[in-house]
Amino acid sequence: MRPFDYHRATDLDDASGHLNASTQIIAGGTNLLDLMKLQVMTPQQLVDINRIDGLDRIEPEGEGLRIGALVPNSDLAGDERIRRNYPVLSRALLAGASGQLRNKATTGGNLLQRTRCPYFYETAMPCNKRDPGTGCAARGGATRMNAVLGVSEHCIAAHPSDMAVGMRVLGAEVEIRRADGSHTRKTLDELYSLPGERPDIETTLSPDDIITAVILPAPVAPSVQSYRKVRDRASYAFALVSVAAVVQVEGGKITRADLAFGGIASRPWRDPAVEAMLVGETPSIDLFRAAGKRLVAAAETQPGNAFKLPMVRRTLAGVLAEATGLSEPTTGTDNVGEIA
Amino acid sequence: MTDMFRMDKPQPRLFDETVQGVIGKPLDRPEGLLKVTGRAPYAAEVPEANMVHGVLVRSTITRGRLTGIDKSALEGLSGILGVIRSPEFVRNSAQGMANEAPIQPEDHVAYFGQPMALVVAETFEAARDGAHRLRLSYETEHAEIDPTTTSEIDTKPDSFGDLDSAMAQADVTIDQKYSTPGQVSAAMEPHASIAWWEGDNVTLRGSYQMLRFNRNELADSLGIDPENVRILSPYVGGGFGSKLGIGSEAVAAAIAARELGRPVRVVMSRQHVFDMVLRRSETHQRLRLAAKADGTLLGIGHEDRVSNLPGEEFSEPTAMATHFMYGGENRLYNHEIARIHRTPSGSVRAPGEAVGMLALESAMDELAEVAGIDPVELRLRNLPEKHPEKGVPFSSRRFEDCLREGAKEFGWENRTPTASRREGDWFIGCGMSGAGRANMLVPSEARVTLEGDRAIVETDMTDIGTGSYAILTQIAAELLGLPMDRVETRLGDTRFPGASGSGGSVGAGSSGSSVFLAAKKIRARLAEAMGCAEEDLTLQDGIARSGNIQKPLSELAATAMTEEGGIKPGAMGKEFFQAGFGAHFVEIGVNAITGEARVRRMLGVFSAGRILNEKTATSQCIGGMVWGLGAALTEELQHDPRTGGIVSRDLANYHVASHADVPMIDVRLLPERDDQANPMQAKGIGELGISGAGAAVTNAIYNACGVRIRDFPATPDKIIAGLEALGR
Repeated sequence: MRPFDYHRATDLDDASGHLNASTQIIAGGTNLLDLMKLQVMTPQQLVDINRIDGLDRIEPEGEGLRIGALVPNSDLAGDERIRRNYPVLSRALLAGASGQLRNKATTGGNLLQRTRCPYFYETAMPCNKRDPGTGCAARGGATRMNAVLGVSEHCIAAHPSDMAVGMRVLGAEVEIRRADGSHTRKTLDELYSLPGERPDIETTLSPDDIITAVILPAPVAPSVQSYRKVRDRASYAFALVSVAAVVQVEGGKITRADLAFGGIASRPWRDPAVEAMLVGETPSIDLFRAAGKRLVAAAETQPGNAFKLPMVRRTLAGVLAEATGLSEPTTGTDNVGEIA
Repeated sequence: MTDMFRMDKPQPRLFDETVQGVIGKPLDRPEGLLKVTGRAPYAAEVPEANMVHGVLVRSTITRGRLTGIDKSALEGLSGILGVIRSPEFVRNSAQGMANEAPIQPEDHVAYFGQPMALVVAETFEAARDGAHRLRLSYETEHAEIDPTTTSEIDTKPDSFGDLDSAMAQADVTIDQKYSTPGQVSAAMEPHASIAWWEGDNVTLRGSYQMLRFNRNELADSLGIDPENVRILSPYVGGGFGSKLGIGSEAVAAAIAARELGRPVRVVMSRQHVFDMVLRRSETHQRLRLAAKADGTLLGIGHEDRVSNLPGEEFSEPTAMATHFMYGGENRLYNHEIARIHRTPSGSVRAPGEAVGMLALESAMDELAEVAGIDPVELRLRNLPEKHPEKGVPFSSRRFEDCLREGAKEFGWENRTPTASRREGDWFIGCGMSGAGRANMLVPSEARVTLEGDRAIVETDMTDIGTGSYAILTQIAAELLGLPMDRVETRLGDTRFPGASGSGGSVGAGSSGSSVFLAAKKIRARLAEAMGCAEEDLTLQDGIARSGNIQKPLSELAATAMTEEGGIKPGAMGKEFFQAGFGAHFVEIGVNAITGEARVRRMLGVFSAGRILNEKTATSQCIGGMVWGLGAALTEELQHDPRTGGIVSRDLANYHVASHADVPMIDVRLLPERDDQANPMQAKGIGELGISGAGAAVTNAIYNACGVRIRDFPATPDKIIAGLEALGR
């Protein structure tokens, strides 16, 4: 860890005034502090937003919910409204990290956690995300945890978040406060950049932007929601692949099939073409397998992560079979009833 | 000098005569409350006055020579006291019982992650920052890092009879290859040392398993007399072999403390523990089994390739248990040691059995399948009368009872045919395996003092979480007729008599016997004071009785009685083969879609002579079984294919089994007395639980879904590949 200054922000204006390219917001700190100890991140100043009022609430917003950026992952997962109307998000949260980490990690921070690519952490080896222009040591290295979709020549890092996959499938938007005091919203598609030639630039945020909330749209009801995470051990492991689904079936046809994927891509992944080929169709295993093939058609695999293709195809088919009633629902698949 | 009792013949079963009633009981650890309330100070937690902090700097090349140290990036940092580097620095930890300095490589680099220098500062934070900024320059040399392709191989063949002929004549054969990845001990407490000098004498507060050896290793590393070295390790937060030999952090701390004239603390980061501490070698194994139609073995072949750095004595003894578990006249071994430039390998819990039994017990399961014989029955048909290679009898061996009673308790007869039981998305199956771990006695000494109705036990034995404090207290309390709280056990100080240390499952039997013998001498003195024969003396709750005479110990031992006891191996270790045995039974679920395997229940039945404390012995077995589960399903060191450096170097990426992976584990300990083992009739149990455990898990996976995992661990990707190959 490099010596750094610390500023405890009193309000958003104060926080915003201290933000620039060499400072960093700290909320839960569950990822940032690890990275600072390893000098993967070396901010000159931390701007602590934990004492800013009003960022830790979950409130109605139209027919949806506004989740303050400082709401801890544990609280969000346990919130009665989330569990009832957005169970896929609750499941995704509980599939991530450990109880201690979820108590500390925040909604905003979770969205912005950094990749777990081992070469991002290994400061003795090149990494374009850590040190732009040095190269990608993951290529040709140990790639079990790396991405197969949305990668570039310069970076094959996977986005590690479970929560963000749940948010993405729900069509959540982040509320951003700009330096001039105005607020704007971005979908997660708009928030996350693809690595391209600058994998160090992970979002479209400016250094002095602050995520103040995540907005969930009105619940999809009735629907079947599911989060299935496949990992190397039963707890405290990042996803090899994960599948989040919000599915509606009417009159024997799929009328909605929102799908998001974790563990396989540079950012929480959605593929509109896959969803489109499901909607209007009669559920069948063959259809689900075809959807899986379509999903990974453009995948670029490494020797160490090619297994993710059959794994995500199978998992997707299993999730869709449960969500459409072809097979019995298991833990992780929930029914959301009509909203009273 | 303590007179050393030599174990040449069976000894009376004194613990079956004593009446205090504490031996064997599932008693709590005397120090347990201190540990769970954070008051048991571990190595790094006792700061010395004026202490400064050192952080090791690792090599970031695989092989070569250090050519320079650039300290310019440290200029202007506050609190930096210096960059320490010395020809006395060690390349890696000493191997267990080395008793001499590890290799001191000077400028040579032999692996990625080797400790090269120590940055010392007034604060830990400054030292860590400085260590990160320090720039080392090197001349690099070509390095072999892949054990499967390197040409530098040491070979140790061994054989009995003619395995090839046996394979040709056999009705059924198995010839399969298995592999296991490297592992690390990943003890909860990272390696840590605080060193300080008083004149020519250095004291080291460290986290070590074998102080008698560690003292000599540190002295040899520093070029000083062992008399000038004192090591303190009263509490050790897990060792599993990784703290057997003196480590780089201890030597660096001592050198820095000498150079700076201040106490120096060096704590390895979790990443450094992965980089610099001895790992368990990966293994590549070939198992051949030749059997008659009825399953009787005609021969066993167990060939293996393991790896280590050039110059390291140790090599993972993969076939250790294969030598004695099962019969068959024709036996072949070929032990290959690939000399490669990775973090060197050493002893990790149950070296040999932990990985060798994965292959042997998998192969036995495959043989049972091919021969159409129940796996339990196959093992029962192959229990050798005598050690199949040495020809000597076994001491006590209840392997058959472990198999039979385990099968009964588990409900083995309800096991269904391969891939025939399904609950929703889950294939359900059961598997089993045998377990075995050789028992050894090594020299050990202890001192016991009885003063009034209180006793003190002193030995440089360690308690690495195993329960040494508990059992040594129980042994003295039982023999002296005292309640537990009247006996204080002091461990982990080289000023006490030298013990076996903790390793190789020898601690309980060896150091326990030394306490037993010292306490027995005090019994003899009490008998003399009572005017009776030793066998007529009864001691209980501080009262001595003989016939109708009764006297309190407070009177008999008003003047303190101090005795030393010592034990060393003798004829019993040569004339008999001693081992603990067991059997594992596992029920597992395998997800038919995602390939995830989740153990649903696990039973281990073991026999290891007299059990000294049922609770700590059971905990040892559970711990071993959990590790076996992890070896089967999750644990794997990943190396960078270009540098050989360890990639999975923290506990988020190196997957020890999590709580959610571990179901309720049942352990049963069968009553047994091993008269040949030692005067307590007890055998080692610390490493028995891991032996074979993982094979029972993968055998259960096969029974569940028909996928045979031969490359450990059985991660979901491998199971999916197997399912797809079967069209599932």
